[in-house]
Amino acid sequence: MTLSAISFSPETAARQFLPVSDPDDSMPILSVRDLTRLYGPEKGCQNVSFDLYPGEVLGIVGESGSGKSTLLAALSGRFAPSGGTVRYCQTSGEWLDIYATSEARRRQLFRTEWGFVEQNPRDGLRMGVSAGANIGERLMAQGARHYGDLRAAGLQWLSHVEIDPARLDDFPRAFSGGMQQRLQIARNLVSSPRLLFMDEPTGGLDVSVQARLLDLLRGLTREFSLSVILVTHDLAVARLLADRLMVMRRSRVVESGLADQILDDPQHPYTQLLVSSILQT
Amino acid sequence: MPSVLHVSNLGKTFTLHQQNGVTLPVLSEINFQLEAGECLILRGRSGAGKSTLLRALYGNYLPTDGSIRVRHAGAWLEMVGAPPRSILAARRSTLGYVSQFLRVIPRVSALDVVTEPALARGVDPEKARRRARSLLDNLNIPERLWRLSPSTFSGGERQRVNIARGFMVDWPIFLLDEPTASLDAANRGIVLELIAHAKKRGAAMIGIFHDEAACEAVADRYLEMGAQPAYQKTGETKYACGTNFQ
Repeated sequence: MTLSAISFSPETAARQFLPVSDPDDSMPILSVRDLTRLYGPEKGCQNVSFDLYPGEVLGIVGESGSGKSTLLAALSGRFAPSGGTVRYCQTSGEWLDIYATSEARRRQLFRTEWGFVEQNPRDGLRMGVSAGANIGERLMAQGARHYGDLRAAGLQWLSHVEIDPARLDDFPRAFSGGMQQRLQIARNLVSSPRLLFMDEPTGGLDVSVQARLLDLLRGLTREFSLSVILVTHDLAVARLLADRLMVMRRSRVVESGLADQILDDPQHPYTQLLVSSILQT
Repeated sequence: MPSVLHVSNLGKTFTLHQQNGVTLPVLSEINFQLEAGECLILRGRSGAGKSTLLRALYGNYLPTDGSIRVRHAGAWLEMVGAPPRSILAARRSTLGYVSQFLRVIPRVSALDVVTEPALARGVDPEKARRRARSLLDNLNIPERLWRLSPSTFSGGERQRVNIARGFMVDWPIFLLDEPTASLDAANRGIVLELIAHAKKRGAAMIGIFHDEAACEAVADRYLEMGAQPAYQKTGETKYACGTNFQ
Protein backbone atom coordinates (compact mmCIF):
# COMPACT_ATOMS: atom_id res chain seq x y z
CA MET A 1 0.00 0.00 0.00
CA THR A 2 1.31 3.44 -0.79
CA LEU A 3 1.61 6.07 1.89
CA SER A 4 -0.81 8.42 0.21
CA ALA A 5 -3.49 5.75 0.18
CA ILE A 6 -3.52 5.50 3.95
CA SER A 7 -3.88 9.20 4.58
CA PHE A 8 -7.17 10.91 5.34
CA SER A 9 -8.41 13.07 2.53
CA PRO A 10 -9.29 16.60 3.68
CA GLU A 11 -13.02 16.08 3.07
CA THR A 12 -13.30 12.92 5.15
CA ALA A 13 -11.10 14.48 7.79
CA ALA A 14 -13.44 17.42 8.11
CA ARG A 15 -16.40 15.09 8.45
CA GLN A 16 -14.81 12.65 10.86
CA PHE A 17 -13.15 15.00 13.31
CA LEU A 18 -15.53 16.21 15.96
CA PRO A 19 -15.25 19.94 16.51
CA VAL A 20 -12.93 20.70 19.38
CA SER A 21 -14.85 22.99 21.66
CA ASP A 22 -13.09 26.12 22.77
CA PRO A 23 -12.18 25.27 26.35
CA ASP A 24 -12.55 28.87 27.43
CA ASP A 25 -16.26 28.75 26.67
CA SER A 26 -16.99 25.93 29.06
CA MET A 27 -17.97 26.37 32.70
CA PRO A 28 -16.04 24.73 35.53
CA ILE A 29 -17.70 21.80 37.23
CA LEU A 30 -16.11 22.67 40.58
CA SER A 31 -14.91 26.05 41.80
CA VAL A 32 -12.83 26.22 44.97
CA ARG A 33 -11.77 29.43 46.72
CA ASP A 34 -9.43 29.89 49.70
CA LEU A 35 -10.28 26.50 51.13
CA THR A 36 -8.73 26.16 54.58
CA ARG A 37 -8.84 23.48 57.24
CA LEU A 38 -5.98 23.44 59.73
CA TYR A 39 -5.28 21.16 62.69
CA GLY A 40 -2.19 23.03 63.71
CA PRO A 41 0.42 25.29 62.14
CA GLU A 42 0.95 24.00 58.58
CA LYS A 43 -1.09 20.85 59.34
CA GLY A 44 -4.05 20.40 57.02
CA CYS A 45 -4.65 22.64 54.02
CA GLN A 46 -4.88 26.39 53.57
CA ASN A 47 -5.83 28.95 50.92
CA VAL A 48 -6.43 26.45 48.17
CA SER A 49 -8.15 27.90 45.09
CA PHE A 50 -8.75 26.32 41.68
CA ASP A 51 -11.39 25.57 39.04
CA LEU A 52 -11.91 22.06 37.71
CA TYR A 53 -13.35 21.74 34.20
CA PRO A 54 -15.51 18.92 32.79
CA GLY A 55 -13.39 15.93 31.75
CA GLU A 56 -10.28 17.17 33.57
CA VAL A 57 -8.23 14.90 35.80
CA LEU A 58 -6.52 16.86 38.57
CA GLY A 59 -3.79 15.12 40.56
CA ILE A 60 -2.87 16.30 44.06
CA VAL A 61 0.67 15.21 44.89
CA GLY A 62 3.00 15.72 47.84
CA GLU A 63 4.59 13.74 50.65
CA SER A 64 2.74 12.22 53.62
CA GLY A 65 1.44 14.88 55.96
CA SER A 66 1.41 17.62 53.32
CA GLY A 67 -2.36 17.94 53.59
CA LYS A 68 -3.48 16.03 50.48
CA SER A 69 -6.07 13.88 52.21
CA THR A 70 -7.41 16.74 54.33
CA LEU A 71 -7.87 18.76 51.15
CA LEU A 72 -9.63 15.86 49.44
CA ALA A 73 -11.99 15.43 52.39
CA ALA A 74 -12.83 19.14 52.39
CA LEU A 75 -13.31 19.18 48.60
CA SER A 76 -15.56 16.14 48.59
CA GLY A 77 -17.92 17.49 51.23
CA ARG A 78 -16.78 15.06 53.93
CA PHE A 79 -15.89 17.60 56.52
CA ALA A 80 -16.46 21.29 56.67
CA PRO A 81 -13.53 23.62 56.15
CA SER A 82 -12.85 26.43 58.59
CA GLY A 83 -12.79 28.89 55.71
CA GLY A 84 -13.36 29.19 51.98
CA THR A 85 -15.92 27.74 49.60
CA VAL A 86 -16.47 24.71 47.40
CA ARG A 87 -19.06 25.33 44.72
CA TYR A 88 -20.37 22.64 42.38
CA CYS A 89 -21.99 23.39 39.03
CA GLN A 90 -25.08 21.18 38.86
CA THR A 91 -26.37 19.53 35.68
CA SER A 92 -28.98 22.30 35.56
CA GLY A 93 -26.17 24.88 35.31
CA GLU A 94 -26.91 26.30 38.76
CA TRP A 95 -24.14 26.61 41.33
CA LEU A 96 -24.41 24.81 44.63
CA ASP A 97 -22.32 25.87 47.62
CA ILE A 98 -21.49 22.46 49.09
CA TYR A 99 -21.22 23.59 52.70
CA ALA A 100 -24.14 26.03 52.58
CA THR A 101 -26.64 23.47 51.31
CA SER A 102 -28.59 20.98 53.41
CA GLU A 103 -27.15 17.70 54.62
CA ALA A 104 -29.87 15.91 52.65
CA ARG A 105 -28.91 17.52 49.37
CA ARG A 106 -25.24 16.80 50.04
CA ARG A 107 -25.99 13.13 50.70
CA GLN A 108 -28.03 12.96 47.54
CA LEU A 109 -25.09 14.31 45.54
CA PHE A 110 -22.75 11.74 47.07
CA ARG A 111 -24.98 8.90 45.91
CA THR A 112 -25.62 10.17 42.41
CA GLU A 113 -23.48 12.79 40.70
CA TRP A 114 -20.35 12.28 42.78
CA GLY A 115 -18.25 9.23 43.56
CA PHE A 116 -15.48 8.53 46.06
CA VAL A 117 -12.95 5.73 45.66
CA GLU A 118 -11.25 4.98 48.97
CA GLN A 119 -7.66 3.88 49.24
CA ASN A 120 -8.77 0.82 51.19
CA PRO A 121 -11.61 -0.89 49.31
CA ARG A 122 -13.00 -2.19 52.61
CA ASP A 123 -13.91 1.39 53.49
CA GLY A 124 -15.75 1.93 50.23
CA LEU A 125 -17.52 -1.41 49.87
CA ARG A 126 -20.22 -3.06 51.92
CA MET A 127 -18.46 -6.25 52.88
CA GLY A 128 -21.60 -8.00 54.15
CA VAL A 129 -23.47 -8.06 50.84
CA SER A 130 -22.71 -9.56 47.41
CA ALA A 131 -20.76 -7.89 44.62
CA GLY A 132 -24.02 -7.45 42.73
CA ALA A 133 -25.68 -5.74 45.70
CA ASN A 134 -22.68 -3.43 46.06
CA ILE A 135 -23.06 -2.35 42.45
CA GLY A 136 -26.85 -2.07 42.67
CA GLU A 137 -26.95 0.08 45.79
CA ARG A 138 -26.63 3.45 44.07
CA LEU A 139 -29.18 2.49 41.44
CA MET A 140 -31.64 1.51 44.15
CA ALA A 141 -31.01 4.83 45.91
CA GLN A 142 -31.99 6.44 42.63
CA GLY A 143 -35.24 4.51 42.55
CA ALA A 144 -34.39 1.41 40.48
CA ARG A 145 -36.36 -1.56 41.87
CA HIS A 146 -36.54 -4.07 39.04
CA TYR A 147 -34.46 -7.09 40.05
CA GLY A 148 -33.62 -8.04 36.46
CA ASP A 149 -32.37 -4.53 35.64
CA LEU A 150 -30.19 -4.37 38.75
CA ARG A 151 -28.74 -7.78 37.97
CA ALA A 152 -28.08 -6.80 34.37
CA ALA A 153 -26.30 -3.62 35.51
CA GLY A 154 -24.24 -5.68 37.95
CA LEU A 155 -23.18 -8.14 35.25
CA GLN A 156 -22.36 -5.35 32.83
CA TRP A 157 -20.25 -3.44 35.34
CA LEU A 158 -18.37 -6.50 36.52
CA SER A 159 -17.20 -7.17 32.99
CA HIS A 160 -16.46 -3.46 32.55
CA VAL A 161 -13.98 -3.60 35.41
CA GLU A 162 -12.67 -6.97 34.24
CA ILE A 163 -14.19 -9.20 36.93
CA ASP A 164 -15.70 -12.51 35.84
CA PRO A 165 -19.50 -11.90 35.82
CA ALA A 166 -19.92 -15.36 37.38
CA ARG A 167 -18.70 -13.75 40.63
CA LEU A 168 -21.83 -11.53 40.86
CA ASP A 169 -23.21 -13.33 43.92
CA ASP A 170 -19.88 -13.65 45.73
CA PHE A 171 -19.08 -11.48 48.71
CA PRO A 172 -16.27 -8.91 48.37
CA ARG A 173 -14.24 -10.66 51.06
CA ALA A 174 -13.78 -13.55 48.63
CA PHE A 175 -12.09 -11.15 46.18
CA SER A 176 -8.42 -10.23 45.96
CA GLY A 177 -7.33 -6.67 46.83
CA GLY A 178 -7.12 -5.66 43.18
CA MET A 179 -10.58 -7.10 42.46
CA GLN A 180 -12.05 -5.34 45.50
CA GLN A 181 -10.63 -2.06 44.25
CA ARG A 182 -12.15 -2.65 40.79
CA LEU A 183 -15.47 -3.54 42.40
CA GLN A 184 -15.36 -0.29 44.38
CA ILE A 185 -14.83 1.60 41.11
CA ALA A 186 -17.80 -0.19 39.50
CA ARG A 187 -19.96 0.58 42.55
CA ASN A 188 -19.13 4.28 42.13
CA LEU A 189 -19.45 4.54 38.37
CA VAL A 190 -22.74 2.69 37.99
CA SER A 191 -24.74 5.87 38.70
CA SER A 192 -22.84 7.77 35.95
CA PRO A 193 -21.29 10.34 38.29
CA ARG A 194 -19.85 13.53 36.81
CA LEU A 195 -17.20 14.00 39.46
CA LEU A 196 -15.05 11.32 41.05
CA PHE A 197 -12.70 11.67 44.03
CA MET A 198 -9.96 9.11 44.48
CA ASP A 199 -7.60 8.71 47.43
CA GLU A 200 -4.47 6.72 46.46
CA PRO A 201 -6.53 4.26 44.38
CA THR A 202 -3.54 2.02 43.68
CA GLY A 203 -1.99 2.45 47.14
CA GLY A 204 -2.05 -1.02 48.67
CA LEU A 205 -1.78 -3.06 45.49
CA ASP A 206 0.98 -5.15 43.92
CA VAL A 207 2.76 -3.52 41.01
CA SER A 208 1.30 -5.89 38.40
CA VAL A 209 -2.23 -5.30 39.76
CA GLN A 210 -1.57 -1.53 39.84
CA ALA A 211 -0.78 -1.44 36.13
CA ARG A 212 -4.06 -3.17 35.32
CA LEU A 213 -6.06 -0.84 37.52
CA LEU A 214 -4.35 2.26 36.11
CA ASP A 215 -5.03 1.16 32.58
CA LEU A 216 -8.67 0.57 33.51
CA LEU A 217 -9.02 3.95 35.23
CA ARG A 218 -7.38 5.71 32.31
CA GLY A 219 -9.85 4.11 29.92
CA LEU A 220 -12.91 4.79 32.10
CA THR A 221 -12.12 8.47 32.75
CA ARG A 222 -11.85 9.02 29.00
CA GLU A 223 -14.81 6.86 28.01
CA PHE A 224 -17.18 8.64 30.40
CA SER A 225 -15.34 12.01 30.30
CA LEU A 226 -15.31 12.05 34.08
CA SER A 227 -13.91 14.94 36.05
CA VAL A 228 -11.56 13.48 38.61
CA ILE A 229 -9.67 14.72 41.65
CA LEU A 230 -7.00 12.20 42.51
CA VAL A 231 -4.70 12.17 45.52
CA THR A 232 -1.50 10.21 45.08
CA HIS A 233 2.08 10.27 46.29
CA ASP A 234 3.13 8.18 43.27
CA LEU A 235 4.34 10.52 40.52
CA ALA A 236 4.20 7.77 37.89
CA VAL A 237 0.49 7.35 38.64
CA ALA A 238 0.07 11.13 38.45
CA ARG A 239 1.80 11.28 35.05
CA LEU A 240 -0.32 8.49 33.66
CA LEU A 241 -3.72 9.68 34.86
CA ALA A 242 -3.63 13.42 35.51
CA ASP A 243 -4.00 16.33 33.08
CA ARG A 244 -3.00 18.83 35.75
CA LEU A 245 -1.16 18.63 39.04
CA MET A 246 -1.18 20.56 42.29
CA VAL A 247 1.91 20.02 44.45
CA MET A 248 1.29 20.34 48.20
CA ARG A 249 3.78 20.97 50.91
CA ARG A 250 3.10 21.82 54.55
CA SER A 251 -0.59 22.56 53.92
CA ARG A 252 -0.02 24.89 50.95
CA VAL A 253 -0.14 24.40 47.18
CA VAL A 254 3.40 25.32 46.11
CA GLU A 255 3.06 24.69 42.37
CA SER A 256 0.35 23.80 39.90
CA GLY A 257 0.03 23.35 36.16
CA LEU A 258 0.09 20.90 33.27
CA ALA A 259 1.06 17.45 34.59
CA ASP A 260 3.95 16.65 32.25
CA GLN A 261 5.33 20.18 32.57
CA ILE A 262 5.36 19.96 36.39
CA LEU A 263 7.13 16.60 36.22
CA ASP A 264 9.64 17.43 33.46
CA ASP A 265 10.31 21.09 34.29
CA PRO A 266 9.42 21.64 37.96
CA GLN A 267 9.90 25.21 39.15
CA HIS A 268 9.55 25.13 42.93
CA PRO A 269 12.49 23.83 44.99
CA TYR A 270 10.25 21.30 46.72
CA THR A 271 8.84 19.95 43.43
CA GLN A 272 12.37 19.66 42.05
CA LEU A 273 13.33 17.66 45.12
CA LEU A 274 10.24 15.45 44.76
CA VAL A 275 10.84 14.77 41.07
CA SER A 276 14.58 14.22 41.35
CA SER A 277 14.03 11.70 44.15
CA ILE A 278 12.31 9.20 41.85
CA LEU A 279 14.37 6.13 41.17
CA GLN A 280 14.77 5.65 37.46
CA THR A 281 14.32 2.18 36.07
CA MET B 1 1.09 30.31 2.82
CA PRO B 2 -0.51 31.41 6.11
CA SER B 3 1.64 31.76 9.17
CA VAL B 4 0.94 29.13 11.84
CA LEU B 5 3.51 29.81 14.55
CA HIS B 6 5.05 33.02 15.93
CA VAL B 7 7.86 32.78 18.43
CA SER B 8 9.20 36.03 19.83
CA ASN B 9 11.91 36.79 22.39
CA LEU B 10 11.62 33.29 23.76
CA GLY B 11 13.92 32.58 26.67
CA LYS B 12 14.41 29.60 28.95
CA THR B 13 16.65 29.46 31.99
CA PHE B 14 16.70 26.43 34.25
CA THR B 15 17.17 27.09 37.95
CA LEU B 16 18.33 23.99 39.78
CA HIS B 17 17.35 24.61 43.38
CA GLN B 18 18.69 21.25 44.54
CA GLN B 19 22.14 22.06 43.13
CA ASN B 20 22.86 25.30 44.98
CA GLY B 21 20.45 27.24 42.81
CA VAL B 22 22.71 27.07 39.78
CA THR B 23 21.11 28.68 36.71
CA LEU B 24 21.44 27.38 33.17
CA PRO B 25 20.46 29.90 30.50
CA VAL B 26 19.64 27.62 27.57
CA LEU B 27 17.49 29.77 25.27
CA SER B 28 17.42 33.51 24.87
CA GLU B 29 15.94 35.88 22.32
CA ILE B 30 14.63 33.17 20.01
CA ASN B 31 12.56 34.73 17.21
CA PHE B 32 11.04 33.04 14.19
CA GLN B 33 7.81 32.47 12.30
CA LEU B 34 6.64 29.39 10.53
CA GLU B 35 4.25 29.04 7.62
CA ALA B 36 2.05 26.13 6.64
CA GLY B 37 3.89 23.66 4.41
CA GLU B 38 7.30 24.86 5.59
CA CYS B 39 10.02 22.87 7.35
CA LEU B 40 12.43 24.64 9.70
CA ILE B 41 15.49 22.70 10.85
CA LEU B 42 17.12 23.52 14.19
CA ARG B 43 20.90 23.39 13.99
CA GLY B 44 23.50 23.63 16.70
CA ARG B 45 25.85 21.51 18.75
CA SER B 46 24.66 19.21 21.47
CA GLY B 47 23.43 21.33 24.39
CA ALA B 48 22.53 24.30 22.20
CA GLY B 49 18.90 24.01 23.31
CA LYS B 50 17.29 22.41 20.25
CA SER B 51 15.24 19.86 22.21
CA THR B 52 14.52 22.45 24.90
CA LEU B 53 12.99 24.68 22.24
CA LEU B 54 10.80 21.86 20.91
CA ARG B 55 9.65 21.00 24.43
CA ALA B 56 8.86 24.66 25.16
CA LEU B 57 6.80 24.82 21.95
CA TYR B 58 4.86 21.76 23.10
CA GLY B 59 4.20 23.25 26.55
CA ASN B 60 6.32 20.62 28.26
CA TYR B 61 8.94 23.15 29.40
CA LEU B 62 7.87 26.44 30.91
CA PRO B 63 9.46 29.41 29.09
CA THR B 64 11.11 32.07 31.23
CA ASP B 65 10.35 34.93 28.82
CA GLY B 66 8.75 35.68 25.52
CA SER B 67 5.78 34.45 23.58
CA ILE B 68 4.75 31.39 21.57
CA ARG B 69 1.64 31.93 19.51
CA VAL B 70 0.10 28.95 17.73
CA ARG B 71 -2.63 29.04 15.10
CA HIS B 72 -5.18 26.80 16.82
CA ALA B 73 -8.86 26.24 16.05
CA GLY B 74 -9.02 29.29 13.81
CA ALA B 75 -7.43 31.69 16.29
CA TRP B 76 -4.08 32.52 17.84
CA LEU B 77 -3.36 30.76 21.10
CA GLU B 78 -0.66 32.19 23.35
CA MET B 79 0.99 29.07 24.78
CA VAL B 80 3.06 30.91 27.40
CA GLY B 81 0.87 31.15 30.48
CA ALA B 82 -2.07 29.28 28.90
CA PRO B 83 -4.17 27.14 31.26
CA PRO B 84 -3.46 23.38 31.04
CA ARG B 85 -6.72 22.65 29.26
CA SER B 86 -5.86 25.07 26.43
CA ILE B 87 -2.44 23.46 25.96
CA LEU B 88 -4.04 20.02 25.97
CA ALA B 89 -6.60 21.16 23.38
CA ALA B 90 -3.77 22.46 21.17
CA ARG B 91 -1.98 19.12 21.53
CA ARG B 92 -5.14 17.25 20.64
CA SER B 93 -5.78 19.02 17.38
CA THR B 94 -2.84 21.22 16.36
CA LEU B 95 0.56 20.23 17.71
CA GLY B 96 2.04 16.80 17.03
CA TYR B 97 5.28 15.69 18.68
CA VAL B 98 7.35 12.90 17.20
CA SER B 99 10.38 11.68 19.08
CA GLN B 100 12.49 8.57 19.15
CA PHE B 101 11.38 7.56 22.63
CA LEU B 102 8.16 5.85 23.51
CA ARG B 103 6.76 5.97 27.03
CA VAL B 104 5.33 2.52 27.39
CA ILE B 105 2.12 1.97 29.32
CA PRO B 106 1.76 -1.58 30.60
CA ARG B 107 -1.02 -3.58 28.96
CA VAL B 108 -1.74 -1.08 26.18
CA SER B 109 -1.18 -2.73 22.79
CA ALA B 110 0.98 -1.25 20.04
CA LEU B 111 -2.13 -0.83 17.91
CA ASP B 112 -3.91 1.12 20.67
CA VAL B 113 -0.82 3.28 21.30
CA VAL B 114 -0.85 4.26 17.63
CA THR B 115 -4.61 4.72 17.35
CA GLU B 116 -5.02 6.88 20.44
CA PRO B 117 -4.33 10.37 18.96
CA ALA B 118 -7.00 9.81 16.33
CA LEU B 119 -9.57 8.63 18.88
CA ALA B 120 -8.82 11.67 21.05
CA ARG B 121 -9.76 13.81 18.05
CA GLY B 122 -13.00 11.93 17.56
CA VAL B 123 -12.08 9.93 14.44
CA ASP B 124 -14.28 6.91 13.79
CA PRO B 125 -12.55 3.99 15.61
CA GLU B 126 -12.72 1.57 12.68
CA LYS B 127 -11.22 4.12 10.33
CA ALA B 128 -8.55 5.01 12.88
CA ARG B 129 -7.57 1.37 13.31
CA ARG B 130 -7.33 0.94 9.54
CA ARG B 131 -4.87 3.79 9.30
CA ALA B 132 -2.92 2.56 12.34
CA ARG B 133 -2.55 -0.89 10.76
CA SER B 134 -1.30 0.62 7.51
CA LEU B 135 1.23 2.78 9.33
CA LEU B 136 2.53 -0.13 11.42
CA ASP B 137 2.70 -2.25 8.29
CA ASN B 138 4.59 0.45 6.40
CA LEU B 139 7.03 0.89 9.23
CA ASN B 140 7.73 -2.85 9.17
CA ILE B 141 6.28 -3.79 12.54
CA PRO B 142 5.26 -7.45 12.14
CA GLU B 143 1.52 -7.98 12.51
CA ARG B 144 2.00 -10.57 15.27
CA LEU B 145 3.26 -7.73 17.52
CA TRP B 146 0.35 -5.34 17.04
CA ARG B 147 -1.75 -6.82 19.84
CA LEU B 148 1.14 -6.81 22.31
CA SER B 149 2.30 -4.03 24.62
CA PRO B 150 5.50 -2.42 23.29
CA SER B 151 7.07 -3.00 26.72
CA THR B 152 8.61 -6.20 25.31
CA PHE B 153 9.68 -4.66 21.98
CA SER B 154 13.22 -3.87 20.88
CA GLY B 155 14.38 -0.24 20.93
CA GLY B 156 14.00 0.10 17.17
CA GLU B 157 10.50 -1.37 17.22
CA ARG B 158 9.41 1.00 19.98
CA GLN B 159 10.80 3.93 18.02
CA ARG B 160 8.83 2.93 14.94
CA VAL B 161 5.63 2.44 16.97
CA ASN B 162 6.13 5.97 18.27
CA ILE B 163 6.62 7.33 14.77
CA ALA B 164 3.44 5.61 13.62
CA ARG B 165 1.66 7.28 16.54
CA GLY B 166 3.16 10.65 15.61
CA PHE B 167 1.92 10.43 12.03
CA MET B 168 -1.46 9.00 12.96
CA VAL B 169 -3.31 12.29 12.49
CA ASP B 170 -2.81 15.23 10.16
CA TRP B 171 -1.34 17.73 12.63
CA PRO B 172 -1.10 21.27 11.27
CA ILE B 173 2.25 21.62 13.11
CA PHE B 174 4.76 18.83 13.67
CA LEU B 175 7.59 18.98 16.20
CA LEU B 176 10.17 16.38 15.17
CA ASP B 177 12.88 15.43 17.67
CA GLU B 178 15.28 13.24 15.72
CA PRO B 179 12.63 10.89 14.40
CA THR B 180 15.10 9.17 12.07
CA ALA B 181 17.90 8.65 14.62
CA SER B 182 19.22 5.09 14.60
CA LEU B 183 16.75 3.82 11.99
CA ASP B 184 17.98 1.61 9.16
CA ALA B 185 17.99 3.03 5.63
CA ALA B 186 14.69 1.45 4.58
CA ASN B 187 12.77 2.73 7.62
CA ARG B 188 14.44 6.13 7.44
CA GLY B 189 13.24 6.39 3.85
CA ILE B 190 9.67 5.63 4.98
CA VAL B 191 9.80 8.29 7.70
CA LEU B 192 11.12 10.85 5.21
CA GLU B 193 8.28 9.92 2.88
CA LEU B 194 5.74 10.43 5.69
CA ILE B 195 7.27 13.84 6.38
CA ALA B 196 7.24 14.82 2.70
CA HIS B 197 3.63 13.74 2.42
CA ALA B 198 2.57 15.75 5.47
CA LYS B 199 4.41 18.81 4.14
CA LYS B 200 2.66 18.53 0.81
CA ARG B 201 -0.67 18.51 2.61
CA GLY B 202 0.32 21.80 4.24
CA ALA B 203 1.74 20.78 7.59
CA ALA B 204 4.37 23.05 9.11
CA MET B 205 7.36 21.37 10.71
CA ILE B 206 10.17 22.14 13.09
CA GLY B 207 12.74 19.42 13.33
CA ILE B 208 16.03 18.24 14.73
CA PHE B 209 17.90 15.82 12.45
CA HIS B 210 21.46 14.74 12.98
CA ASP B 211 21.53 12.92 9.70
CA GLU B 212 22.64 15.34 6.93
CA ALA B 213 20.88 13.48 4.14
CA ALA B 214 17.59 13.56 6.06
CA CYS B 215 18.08 17.28 6.70
CA GLU B 216 18.56 18.07 3.05
CA ALA B 217 15.58 15.99 2.03
CA VAL B 218 13.13 17.95 4.19
CA ALA B 219 14.63 21.37 5.05
CA ASP B 220 13.31 24.69 3.74
CA ARG B 221 15.09 26.90 6.27
CA TYR B 222 17.57 26.59 9.11
CA LEU B 223 17.67 28.15 12.55
CA GLU B 224 21.18 28.31 14.01
CA MET B 225 21.13 27.89 17.77
CA GLY B 226 23.55 28.44 20.62
CA ALA B 227 26.02 30.77 18.90
CA GLN B 228 27.55 31.48 22.30
CA PRO B 229 28.28 28.47 24.42
CA ALA B 230 25.64 28.63 27.13
CA TYR B 231 26.83 25.75 29.26
CA GLN B 232 28.24 22.29 28.91
CA LYS B 233 25.70 19.57 29.33
CA THR B 234 26.90 17.08 31.88
CA GLY B 235 24.25 14.40 31.85
CA GLU B 236 21.56 13.29 29.47
CA THR B 237 18.67 14.18 31.74
CA LYS B 238 18.23 16.62 34.57
CA TYR B 239 15.12 14.97 35.88
CA ALA B 240 13.21 11.82 35.20
CA CYS B 241 12.29 13.14 31.77
CA GLY B 242 10.08 11.52 29.22
CA THR B 243 9.49 12.59 25.69
CA ASN B 244 6.19 10.97 25.06
CA PHE B 245 3.41 12.98 26.58
CA GLN B 246 0.47 10.67 26.67
